[in-house]
Amino acid sequence: MTANWFPLWLSLRVAVLATLISAAFGLWLAWVLANREFRGKDLVDAVVTLPLVLPPTVLGYYLLVVIGVSSPLGHIYESLFGTPLVFTWQAAVVASTLHAIPLLTKSSRAAFETTSRNYEKAARAVGASDWRVFWRVTLPLSRRAVAAASLTAFARALGDFGVTLMIAGNLPGKTQTAAVGIYDAVQRGDTRAARVLVLALSVVTLGIVYAANRLGSRPVAE
Amino acid sequence: MIEARIGKRIAPSLDSAGFSLDIEFQALPGVTALFGALGCGKTLTFDAIAGFARPDTGRIMLDDRILFDAASNVHVTPQKRNCGYVLQHDGLFPNMTLRENLLFAADRLPRLERHRRVSETLERFQLTEAVGRRPQDLSYGEKVRCLLARALMSAPQVLLLDEPSDGLDAPSRTEFHRLLRAVRGDFRIPILLATDDLEECFQLADEMLVLRDGRIAQSGRPLEILEGPASVEVARLLGISNLFQAEITALDPGRNTSRLRFQEHELTGTYFPGHLLGDRVWLCVRAGDLRVAGRNGARAETNQVPAKLLCVSEMPQAVRLEFSGDISVELARNEFERQKDNKDWLVEFPPAALRVL
Repeated sequence: MTANWFPLWLSLRVAVLATLISAAFGLWLAWVLANREFRGKDLVDAVVTLPLVLPPTVLGYYLLVVIGVSSPLGHIYESLFGTPLVFTWQAAVVASTLHAIPLLTKSSRAAFETTSRNYEKAARAVGASDWRVFWRVTLPLSRRAVAAASLTAFARALGDFGVTLMIAGNLPGKTQTAAVGIYDAVQRGDTRAARVLVLALSVVTLGIVYAANRLGSRPVAE
Repeated sequence: MIEARIGKRIAPSLDSAGFSLDIEFQALPGVTALFGALGCGKTLTFDAIAGFARPDTGRIMLDDRILFDAASNVHVTPQKRNCGYVLQHDGLFPNMTLRENLLFAADRLPRLERHRRVSETLERFQLTEAVGRRPQDLSYGEKVRCLLARALMSAPQVLLLDEPSDGLDAPSRTEFHRLLRAVRGDFRIPILLATDDLEECFQLADEMLVLRDGRIAQSGRPLEILEGPASVEVARLLGISNLFQAEITALDPGRNTSRLRFQEHELTGTYFPGHLLGDRVWLCVRAGDLRVAGRNGARAETNQVPAKLLCVSEMPQAVRLEFSGDISVELARNEFERQKDNKDWLVEFPPAALRVL
């Protein structure tokens, strides 16, 4: 019997999408936190950190409340796409995104704050808009750190279990990601399937984290 | 012309004592040096003018534009201030070549105009050969020229230079000074130069502001300030080491003379207007104005003070002698060669060299 690779492919697809979404949102948020002073900044920072420390069940519960079938967001999604969001693979993307954002935001913010202050000042002094400063100066100068942060976020998104299980469920061939698939296989007593997925996930994640560390340890501007 | 009145208080924190900046000045086209030691408020002043720090009180006017006004809550963004700002410690974008650095600064100009301006600037600052290189492959001298060129790309109304020659070797520094003089002649905008190098002030500055602890301790032409420091603190900042507490024991405006007592010695000086008999004052004499002679058993003459030679140190153009009583003298090397065998020394205070503060 050939191994069932669907959970792994689904995980990769979910993780890529989750990383892209969290990169767009996380980089913006990191920039705001690094460059703007406003009331409640520390609170925003704390809220961003929460997904890293809260139990997955709590996060999953919140998400069910926010995007569940009876919530306003759930209604909007359903009227746009014709199906409810929960218990689809798209919900798994939401779950992974939630875990990827804090990692991306925190590391990128640190990179923005340390690598390019003087350059940003110089850029703004010659009249460059914030947008231009970000794309031409801040991001190029911290690209290694941002790439490393994105890889770490990708690895985290790849391995999400608890929240995914709660809002995307465990539908084999539909919403069963690798992490959930392993749990399912062990429950069924199918150790062979579990072993294959465990090994595959470990190798892929190890490679990603190794690459992220290599990127992060090199000097930023070469 | 730039007119600035800036008040800003920075609260003390764990890693720094508090600081308060309270200065008011105006600068006309030409070079105005902000002279002072580390932490006297030079960079904060520049940041306030360029829009990176928001003062608590005051008002900043550039020509007829208001850049900042605390009373009416105006705080123009850095992008709209049109200040050329050369930051301390570099600031050339390392991810761009020299040409790209200049183009980045000229972005608001129309396309053709932009390229024309860049070529023109490259030529003016002798950077044509280095145009394709990245900042990390430039020499210090080229970097400084490029920084200056980039700051001038957008035709600013004021140029802020924060210790631009810091770290340059002597030839590059001389070359930079020559370049800055040319810029002063060509651009006719106020150039504010933050520096802790007194020689640089003398070589470049039309006006000089002596900053100390966030206040302007004295302002004026560099030579005026050196000739007449307003306070003992300014004298110290200018490197005048002979500062003694003294008492005025006689004043004669008719004969333009005065007598001073310091450390048990009596000195004759010129008349000191604005002081009274019995005033406790600071006697201030530049080390280069003092003379020395061998005592050789003779009695000390008027204004000669016997002193013991403690230490001799070589300086690039002179020899510095440290005497007992905290007196230091700078002598030309050949003069020292003639005198170096003296056993006992007399230090002579020429009457015209005596200043009181």
